[in-house]
Amino acid sequence: MFKLPKLEWRALIAATAVTTVASVLTACDTEAPLNSVSSPWQSSYESVGRSATPAEIASWDIDVRPDFTGLPAGSGSVEDGESLWMERCASCHGDFADSNKFFSPLVSGNITEADIAAGHVASLNDSTRVRTTLMKVATVSTLWDYINRAMPWNAPKTLSSDEVYSLVAYLLSLAYIVDYDFVLSNENIAEVQALLPNRNGMTQEHGLWKVDGLADVNNTDCMNNCEQAVKVESFIPDFARNAHGNLQQQMRVFDPFQGIDTTQSKGAAPSTSAQVIAEPKAQAANPALDLLNDNGCMGCHQLDSKLVGPAFSDVTEKYIDHPDATAYLARKIREGGSGVWGGFMPPMPQLSQEQAEQIAQWLVNK
Amino acid sequence: MSEKKITIQTFQASEHNPTHTAPLGHLQHAPESFLDANTISDISQNGIDSSRRRLLRGSFAAATAAMLMPVISQQARAEEGDPDILNLPPWSKMLGKSVASPSYGQPSKYEANIQRRQSPGLTQTDQASVSFSPLQGMFGMITASGLHFERHHQGWVDVDPRRHRLMINGLVNSPKVFTMEDLMRLPSVSRIHFIECGANTGMEWGNAAVPTVQYTHGMLSCSEFTGVPLSLLLEMAGYDKAKAKYILAEGADGSAMTRTIDLERALDDVIVAYGMNGEMLRPENGYPLRLVVPGVQGVSSVKWLRRIEVGDQPYATKDEAIHYIDLMPDGQHRQYTSIQEAKSVITNPSGGQRLMSQGFYNVTGLAWSGRGTVKKVDVSFDGGRNWYTANLEGAVLPKALTRFNIGWVWDGKPAILQSRVTDSTGYVQPMKRQLKEVRGSRSVYHNNAIQSWRVNESGEVENVQTA
Ligand code: HEC
Ligand code: HEC
Repeated sequence: MFKLPKLEWRALIAATAVTTVASVLTACDTEAPLNSVSSPWQSSYESVGRSATPAEIASWDIDVRPDFTGLPAGSGSVEDGESLWMERCASCHGDFADSNKFFSPLVSGNITEADIAAGHVASLNDSTRVRTTLMKVATVSTLWDYINRAMPWNAPKTLSSDEVYSLVAYLLSLAYIVDYDFVLSNENIAEVQALLPNRNGMTQEHGLWKVDGLADVNNTDCMNNCEQAVKVESFIPDFARNAHGNLQQQMRVFDPFQGIDTTQSKGAAPSTSAQVIAEPKAQAANPALDLLNDNGCMGCHQLDSKLVGPAFSDVTEKYIDHPDATAYLARKIREGGSGVWGGFMPPMPQLSQEQAEQIAQWLVNK
Repeated sequence: MSEKKITIQTFQASEHNPTHTAPLGHLQHAPESFLDANTISDISQNGIDSSRRRLLRGSFAAATAAMLMPVISQQARAEEGDPDILNLPPWSKMLGKSVASPSYGQPSKYEANIQRRQSPGLTQTDQASVSFSPLQGMFGMITASGLHFERHHQGWVDVDPRRHRLMINGLVNSPKVFTMEDLMRLPSVSRIHFIECGANTGMEWGNAAVPTVQYTHGMLSCSEFTGVPLSLLLEMAGYDKAKAKYILAEGADGSAMTRTIDLERALDDVIVAYGMNGEMLRPENGYPLRLVVPGVQGVSSVKWLRRIEVGDQPYATKDEAIHYIDLMPDGQHRQYTSIQEAKSVITNPSGGQRLMSQGFYNVTGLAWSGRGTVKKVDVSFDGGRNWYTANLEGAVLPKALTRFNIGWVWDGKPAILQSRVTDSTGYVQPMKRQLKEVRGSRSVYHNNAIQSWRVNESGEVENVQTA
């Protein structure tokens, strides 16, 4: 469609919007005939850009396809995977990849031997079961490709190929797809694919992909007496009225439709404090918070509750009266360490001394 | 209307003022027990002494005299008209601020309620999360760039454009590398398109779950994108016309988001975009380079785009093999569901809002289709029994949001408002039960059912689903 340099596209847009755009255009245009000469250089852009070198392509072309094109040679054992998992993955996903703390569980049972034989996970039909990664995934390449490109979440692209093999092997063992003494490699990964519990669970037979795909649900544009009885089946219960915060502060204050004060019960008369403007979030102006956000700290810490590392509010409480707190914390932030709260805090060498001090000062002066 | 029996709902209304349901600046009859004009002018000339105070107490039992002072001065003028007209506001009597302060303009402080927001409890972290566009506060078809919804899987990054590259490799004659400068040198197009997350309205499959249109439909935005047609770059690299069937798009961020796009679509109207609404993309929206795949769920419009690979098979990446797959009633997942089918929603009035009085309202909303243009939008005020055709406003463009408007007089009775779009392929937006009949209620993605807003007698509007 996109044929440059032609003006067909504009014409098409105008045509599809005859009633609006076209009338505006005629209103602006004079009756004079349009002179136009196309640029003889319009298609001379071939020299822009350059060829990619083989090393550049090797550096970026990391994807692995379902047929294992792109998969580097290598191997990793379940055993190695287990210790690596404890070190680099368990803090977020749990020791057995069943934690719900950072993300939905990757594995948590619900897969049977019959599923592995059939290539279809039956419990996907049971809406009371959590749908885990290993229940859904139909291609083992997906796990390899994704862990390699994006995990660990706070330090992606830091795993070697063999490490990725071992982590995939560990996950497969948690779902009882392979045994504990298994070693996964590029040689045998196709055999694992043949055991993947939901390998037959995907269909591409639907009209939502291809440009000319057809709809599977149809309505008509009936205009009169369309519904016999209108029955309200579901609405938000009163107890959940304020669950998204006070809606009054989420609507424009001088709108014809003002926000409901959801701290009041349903149907209450609108209060005269109706013209409430929310306080803009104060956090944008805090450079220490920006540093925390920009340096991946919030992947492991939260302001008010413990994640992998301690809540920053707890850190403040612990050190606020400590005379050397700024220097100590700045150093710990840059160099990492363990032994205070539990777990290991990785070094953060990308921060300058000044930046680390800025964060430390903010922590102890909060 | 007798001139002296008028009160005005003004911004300064104190807590001790009687409550009014009239909108700001509207003139209203005074209640019978209100101060009459003589008392008011007496007070304004002589102040409040004990006898006048007693008088005041009589007419205004609950209020204290001190609290009444501002009220009185308003009331004193009330018979003449609106104090916001009669008393010139400070901004009419002062020197305003300098040019270029701030040098990058910001919305008025009075607009602070209109923000992107997270839906509490939807995600466990703030970096693999969503913020929703405040559709209830927006106009026309374009989303202000700062209000464009966000969906990140591994946080957003601010990429240095001088160090950003786009690589094209795979089934091509000559693998290519482009700098931003190169890309911005090439012939460009500017197109208005919506981006809607495939999971938009996903929380509503089972039942009404979230209170406002921001949360039901706010993973939706529409911008003018400027960039290079992907087809041009693929031609430049010499893609293999015999073998090539798909492309893989990949991001430069931590998640290195990857999605498969079939070649026919890639050659159709996909843009490698750097501009958005007249400026560079915002970092949260992929600065300095993103893909825009019109009509397809947002996840395919890969942000911080660093690489396009041409191939002959789909790639089954994490976000097309574990997520963004639609679970059907038979337990099969539909994979590579992409197209955002025709959908519409009334944005005003909508859930969480209140009609302040009976009478005329312009009911307005948005309609769009991933398969083409919006042909018409019908609106019902009785839960889908009878329908009236709305006016389409402004430009009606393919795969873009279209604004619709329709006049309505609210008679104070309960009502259920719905909108229903028909697109250029003749497809009519389905009712929830029609959608569920085919797809069940566990598919998470691609819920484009007709939305219902119930207006209660109190004027409160709430999110409901009809049978
Ligand atoms: C700091 C927390 C954190 C750490 C550490 C971490 N992950 Fe993750 N992981 C996440 C989050 C959050 C997601 C979801 C990302 C998204 O939404 O796209 C995720 C997603 C995944 C997924 C995809 C699951 C799915 O259903 O989409 C896999 C597989 C995975 N992680 C494996 C690992 C492995 C292996 C490691 C260790 C090398 C690891 N993770 C370390 C937080 C973490
Ligand atoms: C991979 C997870 C992780 C990341 C990323 C991380 N931390 Fe930590 N952090 C921890 C853990 C675990 C601890 C507890 C260490 C201990 O017990 O000594 C900790 C402890 C701390 C402490 C308390 C130190 C003490 O001795 O009491 C501070 C302050 C801190 N982190 C700041 C930061 C800052 C600032 C960043 C970003 C620059 C950051 N963290 C990034 C995991 C992390």
